[in-house]
Amino acid sequence: MSSTVPGAVKRPGRSQQPRRPRGRRPGGRGWVAPVLLILPTVIVIGVFVYGLIGSNIHTSLQDRHNIGPSQGFAGLDNYRDLFTDDDFIYSLRNLMLYTATFLVGTLSLGFLWAWLLERKARGESLFRAIYLFPMAVSFVASGVVWRWLLNNAEGDRASGLNRLFETLHLDFLQNPWWTNERWGILAIAVPAIWQLSGYVMALFLAGFRGIPEELREAARIDGASEWQLYRHVIFPQLSPVALSAIIIIGHMSLKVFDLIMAIAGQTNYTTQVPATQMWVEFTRGDYAKSAAIGTVLLLIVAILIVPYLVSTYRQERRR
Amino acid sequence: MNATRKALAAGLAALSLLAVSACGSDSESGSTNEVEVFTWWAEGSEKAGLDALVKVFDDQNPDLKFVNGAVAGGAGSDAKNVLQSRLQNGEPPATFQAHAGAELTDYINAGQIEDLTDLYEEKGWNERFPEGLLERLKQDGGIYSVPSNIHRANVLWANPAVLEKAGIDANKTYDSLDAWIADLKKIKAKGIIPLSIATDWTQVHLLESVLLADLGAEAYNGLWDGTTDWSGSEVEAALAKYSTLLSLTNTDRQGLDWPDATQLVIDGQAAFNVMGDWAEAAFQEQKKTLGTDYTATPVPGTAGVFDFLADSFTMPVDGPNPEGTEAWLDTIASDEGQVAFNKAKGSIPASTTADTADFNEYQQTAIKSWAEDEIVSSLAHGAATSVNWLTDITAAVAKFGSNNDVAGLQEGLVEAAEDNKPE
Repeated sequence: MSSTVPGAVKRPGRSQQPRRPRGRRPGGRGWVAPVLLILPTVIVIGVFVYGLIGSNIHTSLQDRHNIGPSQGFAGLDNYRDLFTDDDFIYSLRNLMLYTATFLVGTLSLGFLWAWLLERKARGESLFRAIYLFPMAVSFVASGVVWRWLLNNAEGDRASGLNRLFETLHLDFLQNPWWTNERWGILAIAVPAIWQLSGYVMALFLAGFRGIPEELREAARIDGASEWQLYRHVIFPQLSPVALSAIIIIGHMSLKVFDLIMAIAGQTNYTTQVPATQMWVEFTRGDYAKSAAIGTVLLLIVAILIVPYLVSTYRQERRR
Repeated sequence: MNATRKALAAGLAALSLLAVSACGSDSESGSTNEVEVFTWWAEGSEKAGLDALVKVFDDQNPDLKFVNGAVAGGAGSDAKNVLQSRLQNGEPPATFQAHAGAELTDYINAGQIEDLTDLYEEKGWNERFPEGLLERLKQDGGIYSVPSNIHRANVLWANPAVLEKAGIDANKTYDSLDAWIADLKKIKAKGIIPLSIATDWTQVHLLESVLLADLGAEAYNGLWDGTTDWSGSEVEAALAKYSTLLSLTNTDRQGLDWPDATQLVIDGQAAFNVMGDWAEAAFQEQKKTLGTDYTATPVPGTAGVFDFLADSFTMPVDGPNPEGTEAWLDTIASDEGQVAFNKAKGSIPASTTADTADFNEYQQTAIKSWAEDEIVSSLAHGAATSVNWLTDITAAVAKFGSNNDVAGLQEGLVEAAEDNKPE
């Protein structure tokens, strides 16, 4: 969770950096030290990230469905099998539902809280701490608690939230939570939203603080209404923040695994996502299928992240 | 200049660290008197059993040193992943724990464990284990592991007080599932949970009991060797009964594990629970008395059949210390080892020659059945099928738990059988 926000907030003083003196060109002894310094990182990342991605893709193209060695090259058969498998389609659908809910939930709650705090609410730092705090808990730890809160027993044996609804005479709100076949996965998004909304709030708050007061004043002098002020001045300034939040929350959401393992376990059908399926296949020794699921997952995350990285890179070159 | 040299040194240091970490893993081998025993017995009665076993091993082999290679967590699945990577890297432990029976298929096919047929002959183990067990342990004509204990899967636990409250004779036994289901419905009408159950694997456990009860032992065995048709009407009828039974269970099953389900019976919230006889330990821990506080009978329709599962130990190919492995297997098979381990773990000895006079009341009934009953292999606990097949069956059962589609369940089971049936 050590995600940073590249490009979200303008770094001050960037343009004032002293330019490299023209006289020293790379090529003398000057390059030895930097190259040596980054070499270990390059090697480690090369082997453990890109090398292993390569080896994963290689495994996914093999006929290797038990713990023995590969039975030969299988081409794209494993992928074809995956996409004709109803259970995999179901878990992809689950993943999309979960990601959509998680994104909408964290962005709207995070924005709402940031907006409230930005209006100089009293006790701002206290609320900021309260909202940010859940992020400090690991998904596994909070999952254990939410497993109980989201218990699907109703009536006499109800516990957690269902019990709360019963005590408040809101019995109609009692529901089977994550065991519902169609919407169960949304229950998993509830703790995720609880945990990450504060983080999105912090992002938006930083965004709000980055907007100079003069801009607002200028807009007001021009006779902009409060809505127009937000619509035409504030929101455009916040859009890089929103984009960063979508990327960060989105890629976390696509990789969801620990929360589901802690709440529902690996064999539960209604909360299947590609990552839990990958684990089950790996544990049974179906390495090719497991690797194919891993590759599909990597591609899905790449679809989200690569355009973002490209645009950030272009922006930085333009500066 | 100085800065350059410093950077150079730092870079070199980092590189050499990498090199060191890359070849740091092969420094363990060396002393050959160590016997590393790989298990997932890290806590509770399982740990107590292992400790008792180690004591016997140390007495029998004063010059060998036991090394505990236990990996905790995930009901053994974490341990299995660690084990598999060690086996594939050619670093096997001296011996590892595995469920006896078909679960070993993958290890055998991958050439990772040794055939112990000659050892059985040489040590005279063939005479000490029941023939029915040896028959079920055999794979491709060989025996690949030594069983340390026996558990019975088809046990029905009941709370007599709850049954009486529901107006049902607590001593009643059922010949068939139908008679039992009729009573379960009466219990449900009283607002009590008739049958408690927990998460997916306990549902597989119930399904296995239902198949055994409804098809009978012979047809049940046929499911695993291909002589019984999974798509047939007999299986269909059994699945319908499974569906009925599942509708008579607690609704919050997905959030529970087996101790929670058994606890419902202990606490009088549920009337029945189907669970293996490791549940006995839960009743004992809470000072309950067999016969008055709870009863343990074969699952309706399975009287005279012992649905077995066993833990066992193997000899990995190219193990670090073959003599040490043999010594460990010797301890496992010995009567002293069997008695010490099973008294602590709450299971029963696999060998028929062990002295079981001071085992508890439930264990005595299990020992008697073990000697007399027909033995079949448990599905949910690795004796009947390969890991792959069980994983597919579990997935089908888990799916059924959420959509209640009996035809879909049968389809899933047929598909699982087609994909995994031994040729």
